[in-house]
Amino acid sequence: MEQASYILSQVINGLQLGAVYALIALGYTMVYGILRLINFAHGDIFMLGAFIAYFLLSRFGMPIYLVFLATMAVTALAGYLMEKIAYKPLRNAPKISLLITAVGVSLFLEYFCSLKAVFTPDYIAFPRPFEVETYNFSLGGLEFSFTNIQVLIFAITFSALVLLYLLIYRTKQGKAMRAVSYDRETAALMGINIDNTVSLTFMVGAALAGMGGILYAMAYPQINVFMGIMPGIKSFIAAVLGGIGIIHGAVIGGLIVGTSEVIVSAFLSSTYRDGVIFIILLIVLLVKPSGIFGKRIDKV
Amino acid sequence: MRFFLESKRHILLALVIYAALRLLFSLGIVSEYIEQVVIYVFIVILAATGLNVIYGYTGQFSLGHAAFYGIGAYTSAYLAKTSGLESIFFFPATILAGGLMAALVAYVIGIPILRLRDDFLGIATLGFGILVRVFFDNSDRISEVLGGSRGFTGIVKLTNLETAFFVTVFLLLVTRNLITSRYGLFWRCIKEDETASASIGINTARMKLMAFVYGCFLAGVAGALYAHLYTFLHPSNFDFLRSIDFLIIVILGGMGNIAGTIYAGFIWVGFIEGLRIALPGNILDLRWVFIPLLLIALMMWRPYGLMTKKKG
Amino acid sequence: MTAVLEVDRLTKSFGGIQAVDGISFKVPPGETLGIIGPNGAGKTTVFNLITRFYTPDSGDIRFMGRSVTHLAPHRLARLGIGRTFQNLRLFRELTVAENITSAYLSGNRYSPFAGIFRTDRHSVVEKKAWQKAYTLMDFLGLAGKGDAPAGSLPYGEQRRLELARALAIEPKLLLIDEPGAGMNPREIRDLVETLRDVKKRFNLTIIMIEHQMGLVMNISDHILVMDFGEKIMQGTPAEVRRDARVIEAYLGEEGPA
Repeated sequence: MEQASYILSQVINGLQLGAVYALIALGYTMVYGILRLINFAHGDIFMLGAFIAYFLLSRFGMPIYLVFLATMAVTALAGYLMEKIAYKPLRNAPKISLLITAVGVSLFLEYFCSLKAVFTPDYIAFPRPFEVETYNFSLGGLEFSFTNIQVLIFAITFSALVLLYLLIYRTKQGKAMRAVSYDRETAALMGINIDNTVSLTFMVGAALAGMGGILYAMAYPQINVFMGIMPGIKSFIAAVLGGIGIIHGAVIGGLIVGTSEVIVSAFLSSTYRDGVIFIILLIVLLVKPSGIFGKRIDKV
Repeated sequence: MRFFLESKRHILLALVIYAALRLLFSLGIVSEYIEQVVIYVFIVILAATGLNVIYGYTGQFSLGHAAFYGIGAYTSAYLAKTSGLESIFFFPATILAGGLMAALVAYVIGIPILRLRDDFLGIATLGFGILVRVFFDNSDRISEVLGGSRGFTGIVKLTNLETAFFVTVFLLLVTRNLITSRYGLFWRCIKEDETASASIGINTARMKLMAFVYGCFLAGVAGALYAHLYTFLHPSNFDFLRSIDFLIIVILGGMGNIAGTIYAGFIWVGFIEGLRIALPGNILDLRWVFIPLLLIALMMWRPYGLMTKKKG
Repeated sequence: MTAVLEVDRLTKSFGGIQAVDGISFKVPPGETLGIIGPNGAGKTTVFNLITRFYTPDSGDIRFMGRSVTHLAPHRLARLGIGRTFQNLRLFRELTVAENITSAYLSGNRYSPFAGIFRTDRHSVVEKKAWQKAYTLMDFLGLAGKGDAPAGSLPYGEQRRLELARALAIEPKLLLIDEPGAGMNPREIRDLVETLRDVKKRFNLTIIMIEHQMGLVMNISDHILVMDFGEKIMQGTPAEVRRDARVIEAYLGEEGPA
C-alpha cells in the first residue's frame, strides 16, 4: 500500500509537469498546423514568460492574476513580433530555411536574455506569490496529496484547453485558423486574411507558453534563460505523440511525456528521464506515424 | 588506379592546398589556435558532407547527426585508450572503428525510423540524439574511462593537419564517386519521388538505409578525428545544437552540393571562430547574439543557400 | 500459353468504399488490353494493386504464371512490370538522360565498391545505361534533350519521357495510365503510332487505362469495362461498342464513339 501511495504521488507530480508541457505543446501544434513549421523558439517564449513574471512579482509586487494577464500579453506580443519579423518574410522560402530561422530566433532570445543588461546568465530563484500548501487525502488506505500549486496548474491548463476549444470551434477566427491549416491557398481564395490568422495563432500559442512559463516557475522555482530548451523539445515531441495539429492530442501527449519522465526519475534514475521519451516516441511513430489521435495517411 | 587517375585534378588541387597550409603552419605564421580551427574545419566539412548525403541528396531529414559524430568520437577514443594503441600507427584503425560503430548504430536505428518522412523523421532523429546524449551522460556507469557527465578526458592528441586533411579529401572523393554512381542516382530519385523510384525497380528502403548508414559513417570518422584533436569529449559537444550546426552548413552550401558544403564549412566555422578573435573581450558575450541574427539575415537573403540565388 | 498477367478476384476497399470489387481478367502475351470506365470506377486502383502500391484485401495476381501478390513494388518492376502514372511522376530535377539511366541501372548492377573505385564492371554497365538512354531518346523523339532537366520539357515530351523511363527497365508488361490525357487530336494520333511501334519493337504486353475512346478502341485487342469497382464486361472493341450495359454505364454519357 505504501508503494501504491508512492506511485500515485509520483503520477500526480508527473501530471503537474505534463500539464505544463501540454500548455507549450498547444502552441507548437497550432503553429505547426498552420505553417508546417517546428517553431523551435517556442520554448524560449516559455522562458520569457517565467522571466517577465519574475520581474512583475519581485520589482512591482503585482497581484498574481495581474501577473498572469500582463505576462501573457507580453509573450503574445513577442510571438506576434517573432512571426512578423522573422518568419513572414520566409513564408514562400523552402521549409528548411524557415526551420533554421526558428533555431536562429531561439538562440537569439536565449543569448540576448542572458546578457547582464537584459536578464542574467545565472540561475535565479523565482519568488512564489504564495506559500505552498499541501492537502492530504486518504482513500481506502491509499494516501495521496495535492499542493495548491498543482491544483492551480490543473485548473488553468484545463480552462485554457476549454477556452481554446471554444476559440477554435466556436468563433469566426477559429474557423479561419482551421481553414488555413487545412489548405492555405484555398483559404486565401475564400477571402480569409492569412496574415491575421497566422498572427493570431502565434499570439495565442505564445500566450499559452507564457502562462506555462509562470506555472513551471512556481512549481520548480529556479529560472534560467536556457530553461525553455528541453521543455520546448519535449513538448514538441508531446505534440507529435498526440498527433500534430490536434488540440487534445497535444494535451494528452504532454501528460504522457510529463508522467513518464517523473516516473522514470523516481524509479530508475533522473539521468534516464530524457531517454525514455525517445523510446515512447519511437514506439508511437512506428505503430502509428501520425500520432495517437492522428488520421492515417495513405500513400500514393 | 583509376580512382586516382579520374580524380587527378582534385587531388592536385588538394596537394597544393595542403602544401600551402603546411608551409603556413611550419613557418609559425599562424597561432596554434588558428591551426586547430583550420583542422577542425576539415572535420566539420566531413561530418556535414555525411549529412548532405542523407538530407541533401536523399531527402531524409535528420536533426540528430551530431549523435553519430559523438558515437564515432567516443568509440575511437575509448578503443585507443583501453587497448593502449595510442599511437599514430594504430590511429587509422581507431578512426575506422569510430566510423564503423556510427554506421552500425545507424543501421540498427535506421531500419525502424527511416520509414518515417520529413518532419516526423526529423523529430525521431532529434529524439535519438537526446537518447544518445543521455547515454553519454551515463556512460561512466559502463566504464569509468568514458567519464559520463564529467566528460572523457586524457585522449592522446593524434589528429594533425595531415590526418584530418587527407582522410577528409579521400572520403570526399569516395563520396563524389558514390554520388555519381548508380547509388547516388537512386538517392536523388528517391528524394524526388519514392513511388516513381519503386516503379522503376529501385529498392527504396535499402537505398535510403544505405545513404543513412554511409552519411553516419562519415560523421563517425569525423568524430574520431575530433576526439583526437581536442583530447577532451563532453556530452554537450554532441547535442542538438551541433546537429543544427551541420544542418546550417548543408543549407548554406546548397542541398546536394558537395563543393558548396566545403565552402560553407569554411565560411560558417570561420565566421564563428573569427568573431571570437575579432571581438574585444568585454563584448565577447555578444557573439552569440550576433551569430543567430546573422543566420536569420542569411536565410532571408539566400533561402536556397549561399551558392544558389534561387531554385535551380 | 500462360497468360502474362492473371488477376483473380481482386478486391480493395478504402474506409468502407469498395474501390475494386472482385475483378478477374487475363492478358495473354502480346495483347493490348484497354481498361475503360467512368471516373472513380477503380481503374487506377487496379494498376496500384498490380504494382503493389496498394495491398489487396484479397485475391491473387500471377505474372508469367507465378504468384506475385506479396512482392514489393520494386521487385515487380525488376520482374518486368513497368508503368506510367496518370499524373506524371518524373524526377523533375534530374536530367532527361538520368531519368532513363536510373531505370536501366536499377536492374543492372555493380557494387558500391565498383562505383567508388571505377572498376571495369562500372564502366561497362554505365556505358550500356547511357547507350540505352540515347536509343530510347532517339526512339521517342527526345534526341538532343539528354542534358535538360526533365521538369523543363513541354508536357507532351514529359509524357514520352515517362514512357521511355518505363521502357528502360526492359519490361515484359507495361501498364500505361491515361497516356492521352491533356493531348490534342494530332498528338493522340502520334501517340497511337508511338505505342504501336513500342509494342512491336519491345515485344510487349500492354494494359492501358484511357478515356479517349478513339485512342483506346483503335489500339486495344480487348477492352475491359469497369464501373463501381466491378468488371461490367470484357470483349473486343466491336463487342464493347455494341454492348447495351456499356452504352448505358459509360458510353451513354458521351454517345458512342
